Amino acid sequence: MIFVFFLILLMLVAAIAASVFRDLISAVIATTLVSLAASILFYLLAAPDVAMAEAAIGAALTTAIFIIAIRRTKRYEE
Amino acid sequence: MAVNTSDIVFLAIISAGIVLCLLRMLKGPTASDRAVAVDTVSTITTALLVLLGSIFERYVYLDVALVYAVLTFIGSVAIARFLEKGI
Amino acid sequence: MQIIGTVITGIGIIFLFIGSLGLFRLPDVYNRLQAGTKCTTLGAFFTIVGVGIMQPDWLLKTLVIALFILITNPISNHALGRASCKSGVPLCDRTVVDKTKNFEKCRPIHDELEGDGEIQ
Repeated sequence: MIFVFFLILLMLVAAIAASVFRDLISAVIATTLVSLAASILFYLLAAPDVAMAEAAIGAALTTAIFIIAIRRTKRYEE
Repeated sequence: MAVNTSDIVFLAIISAGIVLCLLRMLKGPTASDRAVAVDTVSTITTALLVLLGSIFERYVYLDVALVYAVLTFIGSVAIARFLEKGI
Repeated sequence: MQIIGTVITGIGIIFLFIGSLGLFRLPDVYNRLQAGTKCTTLGAFFTIVGVGIMQPDWLLKTLVIALFILITNPISNHALGRASCKSGVPLCDRTVVDKTKNFEKCRPIHDELEGDGEIQ
């Protein structure tokens, strides 16, 4: 139970960091951490298939798509 | 599901490690530090998923760890290719 | 069997903790890569194989996962180290020798927008 609260706290800190960072690549890396914690939470709630989908989408797909988008635009936020 | 004392100690030590990596992710001066920290967290998480599968005693839960080990690799390599300025 | 598996898992988890402690305390990206690669790979290997010894029916699948970790984790960390070397992340000031100065291929590329090296 304490572990679930720890994971929720981890998600919150990573999400706040993703919104604060000026460097957009760092924000993408923090978003990866958010989806990682969400995946462990789904796992603890006895939904391994949803955890698998979350891992696939959060770790690989979103990172790749955001990186391609940043590559086309610019990296630092004003 | 049978939680021993050793499992609780293991989860506590792993949580302390994840907190240290999170602090490095928040602090790290460059983007490379943050990428290294998140890559370390993802490896720790794979071990944690296998350990949780052993705690819950479900064989199916190991598949998630396998998928995770493959996919975080792709994410790290994508970030590394971007930092190298040639995707 | 249970006791042996628990001891091996405990060793692996102590290695994982030492790896993240080194990631927090060391002064430099490259030093952090050392801690983040070696300790974590060994720790994850020991943890996963220890779980496989605890529950002998699972041994084959845990060995497959451990093999995957053993292959993919050094590759991705090597890619990250190469990327940070090429994008010009500075070494720490206590560094004794830097052999990448002799090779043109390892130096940062200066033509495009600025590198990643500045402290934000």
